[in-house]
Amino acid sequence: MEILDILISASFWAAAIRIATPLILATMGELICERAGVLNLGIEGIMVAGAFAGWMAVYSGTGLWVGVAVAMVVGMGFGLLHSVLTVPFGLSQHVVGLGVTLLATSSTYYAYRLALPQVTSPPKIAAFQPYEIPILSDIPLLGQALFSQTPFTYLAFALVAATSVMLYRTPLGLAVRAAGESPAAVAAQGLSVTAIRMGAVIVGSGFMAMGGAFLTMSAFDSFFFEMVNGRGWICIALVVFGSWMPGKALLGAVLFAAFDALQIRVQQTSFGADIPYQIFLMAPYILSIVALVLVSRRAQVPAALMVPFNKGER
Amino acid sequence: MRLEPIANPSLARSIAPPAIAIIATVVIASLLAMVAGANPFSVLGLILKGAFGSQFALLETLNRATPLIFTGLAIAVAFKAKFWNIGAEAQLYAGALMTVVLGTGALPWSSFALIPALAIGAVLAGAIVLLVPAMLKTRFGVDEVVTTLLFNFIFLLFISMLLEGPLKDPMGMGWPKSARLISEARLPRIFEGLRLHWGFALAILCACAVWVIQTRSTLGYEMRAVGLNRDAAAFAGIPVNTVLVKTALLSGGLAALAGFSEVAGLKGSLTLDLSPGFGYTGIIVAMLALLNPLGVIVSALFVAGIFVGADSMSRAAGVPTYLADMMLATALLLMVLAIMLTRFRVVRD
Amino acid sequence: MTGKAEIVLRLDAITKRFGKLVANDAISLSLHRGEVVALLGENGAGKTTLMNILFGGYTADSGSVQVFGQTLPPGNSRAALDAGVGMVHQHFTLADNLTVLENIALGVQPLKDMRLRKQETCNKIKRLSDEFNLIVDPSARVGSLTVGERQRVEILKALYRDVKILILDEPTAVLTPQEADDLFATLRLGIQNGLSIIFISHKLHEVMAISDRVAVLRHGKLVAETRTADTDKNALSALMMGAAAKAPDITATTPGKALLSLKDISTPDIANNPGLKSVSLELKAGQIVGLAGVSGNGQAALADVVGGMRMPSQGALVLNGKTLTQWSPRAAVQNGIARIPEDRHKTGTIADFDLIENAILEGYSTALFSKGGWISWIKAKAFATDIIQKYDVRCPSPDTRIRLLSGGNMQKLILGRVLEADPQIVLANQPVRGLDIGAVNYVHSQLLAARDRGAAVLLISEDLDEIMGLSDVIHVIAGGRLSPGFARGTMTPAELGIWMAGQGFDAQVAHAS
Repeated sequence: MEILDILISASFWAAAIRIATPLILATMGELICERAGVLNLGIEGIMVAGAFAGWMAVYSGTGLWVGVAVAMVVGMGFGLLHSVLTVPFGLSQHVVGLGVTLLATSSTYYAYRLALPQVTSPPKIAAFQPYEIPILSDIPLLGQALFSQTPFTYLAFALVAATSVMLYRTPLGLAVRAAGESPAAVAAQGLSVTAIRMGAVIVGSGFMAMGGAFLTMSAFDSFFFEMVNGRGWICIALVVFGSWMPGKALLGAVLFAAFDALQIRVQQTSFGADIPYQIFLMAPYILSIVALVLVSRRAQVPAALMVPFNKGER
Repeated sequence: MRLEPIANPSLARSIAPPAIAIIATVVIASLLAMVAGANPFSVLGLILKGAFGSQFALLETLNRATPLIFTGLAIAVAFKAKFWNIGAEAQLYAGALMTVVLGTGALPWSSFALIPALAIGAVLAGAIVLLVPAMLKTRFGVDEVVTTLLFNFIFLLFISMLLEGPLKDPMGMGWPKSARLISEARLPRIFEGLRLHWGFALAILCACAVWVIQTRSTLGYEMRAVGLNRDAAAFAGIPVNTVLVKTALLSGGLAALAGFSEVAGLKGSLTLDLSPGFGYTGIIVAMLALLNPLGVIVSALFVAGIFVGADSMSRAAGVPTYLADMMLATALLLMVLAIMLTRFRVVRD
Repeated sequence: MTGKAEIVLRLDAITKRFGKLVANDAISLSLHRGEVVALLGENGAGKTTLMNILFGGYTADSGSVQVFGQTLPPGNSRAALDAGVGMVHQHFTLADNLTVLENIALGVQPLKDMRLRKQETCNKIKRLSDEFNLIVDPSARVGSLTVGERQRVEILKALYRDVKILILDEPTAVLTPQEADDLFATLRLGIQNGLSIIFISHKLHEVMAISDRVAVLRHGKLVAETRTADTDKNALSALMMGAAAKAPDITATTPGKALLSLKDISTPDIANNPGLKSVSLELKAGQIVGLAGVSGNGQAALADVVGGMRMPSQGALVLNGKTLTQWSPRAAVQNGIARIPEDRHKTGTIADFDLIENAILEGYSTALFSKGGWISWIKAKAFATDIIQKYDVRCPSPDTRIRLLSGGNMQKLILGRVLEADPQIVLANQPVRGLDIGAVNYVHSQLLAARDRGAAVLLISEDLDEIMGLSDVIHVIAGGRLSPGFARGTMTPAELGIWMAGQGFDAQVAHAS
């Protein structure tokens, strides 16, 4: 009964959307990369770098939106590194991805230590505040859940729509999808597979970094180590769960976040108090694995995902 | 640009790219040290001195290298078969867990019987932990990269739960920490008076064993064939899924020995900070060794040296220890690029 | 008509080397408006290389390409397309999971355009379909199309861009004779509409049928250029082959008992590949059975069943009189089935293994090469060395990575690997695809030798000439159904073509009832 009460409360769904936002952003980023045929395991590290870069920019005195842009640029930088190694040079996407995660994470921590050598607890910034969209936010339940979020969340939803339109309605999106399905077909039509794939990885990495930045600039107001905590890996599972489609991936992220929000609340109920809290913390990871198993049989994987393309090779 | 395979790479072609990669890594590390306001030469000197400059430093490096040899081997074995085990961290903790479960008094045996039993128990635990992602992959086609990564988080939470519950040390003064191993369960030192335990010798032995398996046995041949071309292996009659499962068992077992050796040889009990990411660092170790089991020994010593050296450098020069992680990530990326360039020529068109 | 019309395309002294091999040696060639030039030559003569240079896939070492008098920048497919050159590759460059419309629209609009013009694209495709008699549904997923339909999409891709010059690389290799006729009709329509065409082939009758002029390539050199009307098949054949190569002679044999029988075998469809539908087939000692058919009609399923990759869902597989209950690649090898796989690069060999490791790929776990789970590399090396000598595998040494060998030498190693065990059944799936004429003859002579020794040979090929030349009995496979066996010399290509199009089966049913 307690659980039912939670499920019909607006604050619960508002929390779910808030938890979902970084996942949505990073999942869109990964989805764009994979649609073009590149698995980007740099996601976890790029989120860390984005979280720090955006927050640090604002802490140094820039505006919030400039901070978001800074995070995005930093993410794109790591995306450039990833794509140069995996696309023209065709190196293992697994190894390079993990390498980028290690590099992004360690350089972030290094930069943090250099920037704030003395502090014991990280400083706070004035983060994004909720903005209630007039009229829409007055809708019962839905209004509070969806339309009383921070502008950063609205941006995330807009980006999902933009990604979807781009992929299915524009010549560019067609080229991106074709690069992930048959790079030879792309090259035969006179387009550069290298440019398309690199562009997708760079832009996608920018989205991932924005996902990280949401954590420090909207969900919380400060940066601390381990704050991304595997969210990147969960986003990779969400892309699979969403069958590489933006809409389904968004739905997956919200469902996942709802579950996460639920476990936090159930922990505080009388029922949850008897269960070790680690069980609740494990649940999202286990849920991701279960979701992967469920969709494994019908997943429509981009045919050329992880297949490097070398012009002139047959 | 385009890549063209080189039929017979010259000696210079085989040596120059990796050498340049190493030099470039050192240069980048120097620049990073300068960013931190330190003298790059003194920073590099301090790292070297801290890693290899004294008997104490050297022993510290060997001790740090021990778990890295195990996890490096675990990754090397798995990656050779293109089974992407990124979950060595979880398997390491599984091995450590089994060691404390059996080694804190449950088996009242002499060292002679108990230590091998603990090692075997640890291997089994690690193998079983990796068996789940292996089965998910072979049965359902679920990508093992994501499952093994997520297992790291799940398993660490599981350990945390046990350390705050059934495994909690009553004498631990509230810290989440297991009881200490009984003295019969501790790995003795190799040389009296030197702080180096038999875990190191076991690691070297394992590296040699893995090398022999890979180059001489039918299983090793199968693992290499599956890694290089799964379709051709299947066509030739190699049971691909069985080979992948066997690879997973071997890989998980090796990673678990890292946990066993850390607990039984060094720490004596299980805590949540037993591994500062040995499982992930194992990936760097394995890649720098080009997945060669004997090379893993050398690269583990190198990686351990950087970490140990960076710790002492950081205390002396005030440059954050994360410099070591950055150096290694850079070395990893540059080395995979360099190895490719020993076999392919970049052609402009 | 040639000579007077404007020159639309000129290749000027094109030279291209791959390592020591000179793939194109100072080749010059021109194409006039409204003309079909056939580029004739055996596999490995340099035809595809030349066209890839023209289309920007490769960069020539020297020489230039001029289209309508303008020199094309080298290595730039985009420039070739923009200049009005379209190419239909031998291996289709289509994305299976995208629709016909998406495949055609890809890369046509500038990437910065905000909207993909689907409706207009669809209309234009329909107009072109009517005009050139290329019927295909624009909204169909390419993966669901037949090979012939896919080729239509490839041609539409080029026509959609209003190309003036169309290059077709071995376009009939994957078609039934009737489909090939339809293609020729389409090409004639194209000529009427002002198209100029380069038609690459190694089939003489096609060259005679479609071309105005023919250029013959041999070992990378242009050895002849002549009006088609001024020459004949025999002269062209001599020019194409040179004096050296000669196809093996075939003597008649009497077949022995059935070694492997397939009885009413069915397998499920997998993705776009049809499964088998109640197929019965006998492979007899001392006989070559040829399986003709357009690719993707169940050949893969049949090869999988015979080769141990798949257990049939229905029907019985009888080997030497015993019905099989367990079936795997390893069981097939142990039972004396030599398997030459369709794709020697992807399934036949492991590119980064050396010749020794590749030689024992099927036998590494047997007593020949290992004991108690340990491999004897001494025995393995002796075996590999033996094969290299006996089968004339040209390689620097046995421990060379097989990636560095030519296709012909790779295939010789595979032949040695499977034939050394003196197999009673040989499954040869597209055994000469992509090989040069010398290697083709070598492979064929080995198959004939196996037959003469008393082995049963199943030859699967899309090349009807190859099937008709070698087989004692021919079956046609279409849509997973198998035709009755036709003895050597009893069928014309056109008659087999009716079966390949899937039409003979209905007549057979009508006849039976």
